[in-house]
Amino acid sequence: MIRTVLVVAGLGLGLTAVMAQSNPIAERQQIMKAVGGATREGAAMAKGDVAFDAAKAQTVFKTYADAAAKMPALFPDSSKTGGETTAAPKIWEDQAGFKAAFVKFGQDAEAGAKAADLASFRTAFGAATKNCGTCHEVYRIKK
Amino acid sequence: MLLLRRLLVTLVVLAAIGLGGFWLLTDPRIVSPAPEVGALPAADLDNGKLLFAAGGCASCHATPGQEDRTKLGGGLALTSAFGTFHAPNISPHTRDGIGNWGVQDFVDAMAAGVGRQGEHLYPAFPYTSYRLIPPKALADLFAYIRTLPPIEGKAAAHELRFPFNIRRLVGGWKLLFFQGGSFQPDPTKSEAWNRGFYLVNGPGHCAECHSNRNALGAIVQATRFAGGPDPEGKGWVPNITQDEANGLGKWSKDEIAELLKTGFTPSFDSVGGSMADVVRNTAQLSDADRAAMAEYLKSLPAVQGPARPRGGGG
Ligand code: HEC
Ligand code: HEC
Ligand code: HEC
Repeated sequence: MIRTVLVVAGLGLGLTAVMAQSNPIAERQQIMKAVGGATREGAAMAKGDVAFDAAKAQTVFKTYADAAAKMPALFPDSSKTGGETTAAPKIWEDQAGFKAAFVKFGQDAEAGAKAADLASFRTAFGAATKNCGTCHEVYRIKK
Repeated sequence: MLLLRRLLVTLVVLAAIGLGGFWLLTDPRIVSPAPEVGALPAADLDNGKLLFAAGGCASCHATPGQEDRTKLGGGLALTSAFGTFHAPNISPHTRDGIGNWGVQDFVDAMAAGVGRQGEHLYPAFPYTSYRLIPPKALADLFAYIRTLPPIEGKAAAHELRFPFNIRRLVGGWKLLFFQGGSFQPDPTKSEAWNRGFYLVNGPGHCAECHSNRNALGAIVQATRFAGGPDPEGKGWVPNITQDEANGLGKWSKDEIAELLKTGFTPSFDSVGGSMADVVRNTAQLSDADRAAMAEYLKSLPAVQGPARPRGGGG
């Protein structure tokens, strides 16, 4: 029984991987949605709406770090338009700047992973989330 | 023959009267008289600083390519359907900026769109909104700008297509579309609502981006705040009326205030494009001021804006 579930789950994973590969727009949007979800959790902790939880804090920064690592490869030339993408043409005009923005986001996420109490979490979360608006300002446009 | 000549003369005379009338009517002092400043109490620099943030002056006038938002050397290129505008140097530099302007000169520009030589200013400079700021507050803003570093160098001249390069024609535009006068509170509404109305329609100039424009570049008042194409021709500016489907109908006041503070939407997306810079400005206001703006925005009736080319996408 357990084995069947595992196999089915494995198939499912394989399938999403294939789909994602052929649909970079959907995959990058999925990753960014997860980043948005993690930010909701992080903001609730930073504001004190929910209690600080070191494990949850780690997950937030892990989600950011994963996104920073995976995103840059998901913008092939074939994905400039379609799929309700909000990616700005600037991404392809300035590949170097776009990639550097993800490197910085990744570094701020790494730094945050060390936060062990609320005060240091707040600082690190504030620094990491500065990257959202800075990148979206230049590399994203709603049509 | 005689008849023809008479007709011609009549026509020429009529044309001259027409032109004269146009000339008279588009005189900057006639079409857009500025409020008289008169004697003023000492300037309140804190209020000036707040207006500088709320007004987003740095978004257009800060020297591009550097971080310091108090260096108002100008030079940013603003593309439009009429050509390219270059934001001028408004630093207190005496030769290249507004260092030798008087308070009245500044009020003329901000409240009436009239430059120091008595010329019309183009509405790419949103004085259409700033005119709501009362003269005393404008004097505070002017005093604050005078404390900033003088920056050398003039910005490039505008590159506008004929006939838009004729400044006098802005007088005709003002006749049709410009309404002067500073903000008058509505006594039937709360203090917060009035503060919000003032910040959103005046210094915040939110409608300048969040509205559709007509062929002459004026805001279509019927769909004010209901979104439209980006004035610089890149992307779409969303509806911020209470429209449920595309506007802020489902947003709470707190969520609107949060966006103006941090840039995060209720779904924890972070606003991008030109709104990211607006948030940099509204983040400097007080919580009470952001709450007042949210209060006012929640009171806007739902208006459906022009159809979005791609229909939604958040
Ligand atoms: C270095 C660039 C970069 C950084 C940093 C970044 N993003 Fe994004 N984000 C993008 C791009 C590009 C898109 C548009 C993807 C598309 O539509 O193809 C996007 C889209 C999004 C979306 C919309 C996804 C959808 O389509 O539903 C959300 C939500 C989002 N980002 C949240 C965040 C948050 C929160 C942060 C900060 C914690 C962040 N992003 C940091 C580049 C970035
Ligand atoms: C959307 C861009 C934009 C914003 C925001 C903006 N300006 Fe301007 N401003 C312009 C442009 C463009 C001109 C040139 C108009 C012209 O040449 O007719 C201008 C002209 C001016 C002038 C006249 C300068 C001269 O040499 O004649 C003054 C003064 C001025 N702006 C002050 C301000 C202040 C103060 C703020 C903030 C409250 C502000 N501006 C915000 C675009 C902007
Ligand atoms: C320079 C142009 C500009 C000005 C001025 C401006 N906005 Fe925006 N605004 C935008 C753009 C562009 C977006 C879309 C942002 C994105 O792509 O994420 C936006 C998005 C928003 C949103 C989010 C709407 C949604 O559905 O996601 C709100 C709320 C908003 N603006 C309120 C305001 C308020 C209040 C002001 C005045 C203080 C203002 N804006 C001034 C350009 C502007």
